[in-house]
Amino acid sequence: MINQYETVFIVTPVLSEPQMKETVQKFKKLLQDNGGQLVHEEDWGLKKLAYPIQKKTTGFYNLLEFKAETTFIQKFETDLKHDERIIRFLTVRLDKHAIEYNEKKRAKKAEKKEV
Amino acid sequence: MSVDKDIRFLTPPSFEVKKKKYCRFKKSRIKYVDYKDPNFLKKFLNEQGKLLPRRVTGTSLKYQRKVSTAIKRARHIAILPYLSDLLK
Repeated sequence: MINQYETVFIVTPVLSEPQMKETVQKFKKLLQDNGGQLVHEEDWGLKKLAYPIQKKTTGFYNLLEFKAETTFIQKFETDLKHDERIIRFLTVRLDKHAIEYNEKKRAKKAEKKEV
Repeated sequence: MSVDKDIRFLTPPSFEVKKKKYCRFKKSRIKYVDYKDPNFLKKFLNEQGKLLPRRVTGTSLKYQRKVSTAIKRARHIAILPYLSDLLK
């Protein structure tokens, strides 16, 4: 069964910008190799954390929105867990309201850019 | 002698109608509570970062549940604090 998911993960601030991009690329590749379909991606940049995680107060936030098989999520999450560069992650299944909300948000953003 | 049947008060009682609370999700037809928007979620927290009860915010049960999961998700990805002194 194919569902739409959304994963937010925090990459350690120790890495440089290209190293961080490489980490994101790795997970995008993993997604594509397993028959996942990337819908949207977002880079929130370096953000301050609300509380320290592993003695770090900042982190690179990244978001991937994708369509994938239910079985893939388990594999994806273990990979995120085993990667030392990821300090926190959260995967959420999107229901129809969430998909609609995200699409609207994206459309609004695109509109702003055009103006 | 005529007996006054009307009840009289020493201080006239005030007839202020309390403003009715409403569920902001039902009113503005929001169907999805975004866990990535900390400024919106802060409306449902007190200064210590605790969830406010439904009787304070007026949210309906259906959406209070959604707010609570959204806040818990936001806390997990360090967008909102688990505990703090001065959130607002």
